[in-house]
Amino acid sequence: MSKKHQTPLLDELKKGKWPSFVREIERAAEKSEMTDDLLGQVEQSYREKVVHWKHGGMVGVKGYGSGIVGRFSDLPEKYPGIKEFHTVRVNQTAGFFYTSDMLRKMVDIGEKHASALFNFHGSTGDIQLLGAKTSELETIFQEYTKLGFDLGGSGSALRTPSCCVGKARCEFANFDSMHMCDGITQAFQDEMHRPVFNYKFKFKFSACGNDCTASIARADLSVIGTWKDDIRIDQEAVKDYGKKFNLHQYVIDKCPTKCMSYSDEGGLKIENSNCSRCMHCINTMPKALRPGTKGGATILIGAKAPMVSGPRLSMVLVPFYDVEEDAKNDYAWFKDLISKIWEFWDEYGVSRERIGELIQRVGVGNFIESIGLEPLPEMVANPRGNPFVLYEEYVEADEEQKG
Amino acid sequence: MAEVQGAKRITDIGPHNYNDFLHPVIKKNYGKWKYHEILSPSHMVHVSEDGDKIHTVRVGSPRLVSSSFIKDLCDLADKYSDGYLRFTTRNNVEFLLDKEENIKPLLNELEKLNLPAGGIGNVVANIVHTQGWVHCHTAASDASGVVKSLMDELYGYYVGAQLPAKVRVAFACCLNMCGAVHCSDIAVLGIHRRPPRLIPEKITNLCEIPSTIASCPTNVIRPDTFNGKPSVKLVEEGCVFCGNCFTVCPGMPIADPLNDGVSIWVGGKVSNARSKPTFSKLAVPYLENDPPRWPKVVEAVKTILDAYKKGAHKGERVGEWIERIGWPRFFKATGFEFTKYHIDDYRLGEATLNYSAQVRQ
Ligand code: HEM
Ligand code: SF4
Ligand code: SF4
Ligand code: SF4
Ligand code: SF4
Repeated sequence: MSKKHQTPLLDELKKGKWPSFVREIERAAEKSEMTDDLLGQVEQSYREKVVHWKHGGMVGVKGYGSGIVGRFSDLPEKYPGIKEFHTVRVNQTAGFFYTSDMLRKMVDIGEKHASALFNFHGSTGDIQLLGAKTSELETIFQEYTKLGFDLGGSGSALRTPSCCVGKARCEFANFDSMHMCDGITQAFQDEMHRPVFNYKFKFKFSACGNDCTASIARADLSVIGTWKDDIRIDQEAVKDYGKKFNLHQYVIDKCPTKCMSYSDEGGLKIENSNCSRCMHCINTMPKALRPGTKGGATILIGAKAPMVSGPRLSMVLVPFYDVEEDAKNDYAWFKDLISKIWEFWDEYGVSRERIGELIQRVGVGNFIESIGLEPLPEMVANPRGNPFVLYEEYVEADEEQKG
Repeated sequence: MAEVQGAKRITDIGPHNYNDFLHPVIKKNYGKWKYHEILSPSHMVHVSEDGDKIHTVRVGSPRLVSSSFIKDLCDLADKYSDGYLRFTTRNNVEFLLDKEENIKPLLNELEKLNLPAGGIGNVVANIVHTQGWVHCHTAASDASGVVKSLMDELYGYYVGAQLPAKVRVAFACCLNMCGAVHCSDIAVLGIHRRPPRLIPEKITNLCEIPSTIASCPTNVIRPDTFNGKPSVKLVEEGCVFCGNCFTVCPGMPIADPLNDGVSIWVGGKVSNARSKPTFSKLAVPYLENDPPRWPKVVEAVKTILDAYKKGAHKGERVGEWIERIGWPRFFKATGFEFTKYHIDDYRLGEATLNYSAQVRQ
């Protein structure tokens, strides 16, 4: 196949040891003619140092308000192949597990009906098929549903939930993040596919404080694994680690709550009531230490990237949530909590206001009161340090006499 | 629409259930893993309570991949891992094997295909990134090109060279930060530096005026009229170039080849281990776009990594190292200039000043 466009700048990015996305676009172009024009347009962006995509554009499939993100070239005459080059978001499996058989079928759809170019995966989690024409969208959608895959979220909707590998391949997992992620995704299909929210809403499930999905930084609702009982210790294995490195320097002294001690005679001791479940000691000595057996999760709320009012991390909402117990009821307690949060957001939030921004605007105290949670010291780093308190009541003299 | 007449349309089925794709050893030991060992930067083994083992071989991908790339992976999976593979949140591919004897031949074949095996342990992890000029209209820089240039340079740190701790690098091509890069050890962020241009015809015809006004974090978009119709004007001095107005309103384009570029941020993390999760902080306020290989960006990231490698204690993440030595010494160690842009004057800026006489002399 002869290349339609000269791409001297992009060709520079075919050199070097890391796999080249330019080479990947070329390989996609070998399978799908339209993709050739992408090379031309991106080369032009490299030359001019500016984007050549138009602003937005609504496209989709029947009955869905999300899952497809419209993309149109601003140079359609010059690059007709990418005049329409939409993204199809295909909801990934929980934990990103696949078989070769299924993956081949999934990418064949992209070869046959679109650009043959993908993101594995988008940062929210979906498989992104980049570059579908409007006329192909319905066919692509139907082909994926035949394989048992549906579209993900986009726009002012629930975004595709995602989770860490959890119990499938991680001994640190304190709850079944994949099961919960899948269950919640299935439960909220309507909220994902038909945008009715003020803005986007994201769930992420990480089964321990290492937070492999970065949920604390980017999920409106972060579910992060923790445990109630004591860290399990294998004292012999601790000793073995002591032969490899200095236990005090690399484990004991680095414990943020200073709740560990060690001596050759007494072995490792942990004051578990003071352990903040940070995971450091367990990460460092995975053969010797394991989280307790009474696993669950801390639920946090409000993280987001900068737009509009600045970036936020999630804050503690529920210090301990018994996931396993709730899983027996199909996560009924969790779903109830979520619907209360969404009702509050619906009633008091404004358009394009994330839940974290709304909570900041109305005050954490008012928010938790409205959704029926108690104020807890776990929610704050420290109590307030200023005296400008909005006391809600005062008594008057005669009332005082009345008692 | 290409709707097939009479065909039953399936909707709202959600993702395919993961149970259909789990390796039999994983299925058998689900929730029963006991410990893991990192045997090399590309190979770790998880051992279950029953003594069963599952081996993971991790491979870096450029995230933007062709169907042929995926099929290459599938062929390898068929040959060496009974067809089972998964992806990670950082765009790595993981082959899951129960046959230890398959690891070497798999690694050999990966090498032949020029696919980098690595990314496990105290190394530079694969760079999470965004769409850039390849597929987004608000990009201030290209994502894939900067990331490719960086990973070519940091290749050795992905496949083997050891660092004091894991270093997570991330790239976003505008302040929307798809991928939430704001809590990374090193974050590269595309930025605009010139206020949006106002195209009055487009603003009146295509934009919802109240939401355009509300989109501005610094309230510098004000109501106005154009030909008697509602429009907006701009107080340019207060603009922080976030581009959010353009996201809402096509009549306010902000991309500008002469002024767009990237900034570099350091010391963020999401894990709770030891110190709490924290945002990345500004290290370099602006570097120009210099395609195709962004040499200045590559050099700045290398400078940070070199200083970190030299100065950090074993086990310290970038942010923990800086916290210990103090920001003045970070700027000294890297040679980056500290400017007035480094002093936060936005919402929580007040909390970031040094209210003490604790100063390293
Ligand atoms: C119209 C241009 C845009 C494009 C092409 C784009 C593209 C993407 C893609 C491909 C993803 C991954 C999605 C997935 O895995 O399902 C993503 C995630 C994300 N987008 Fe965008 N996006 C755009 C606009 C925006 C805007 C306007 C915002 C903010 C207001 C935004 C904020 C984010 C964030 C924070 C994530 C990451 C979420 C996470 O890590 O879970 N994006 N974007
Ligand atoms: S978040 Fe914790 S449990 Fe989940 S994969 Fe990461 S380390 Fe394992
Ligand atoms: S998990 Fe963290 S807080 Fe708890 S004992 Fe270990 S190091 Fe200390
Ligand atoms: S970070 Fe900005 S420019 Fe990059 S893909 Fe997201 S919205 Fe587009
Ligand atoms: S770029 Fe941001 S700060 Fe500047 S006018 Fe637009 S919304 Fe306001």
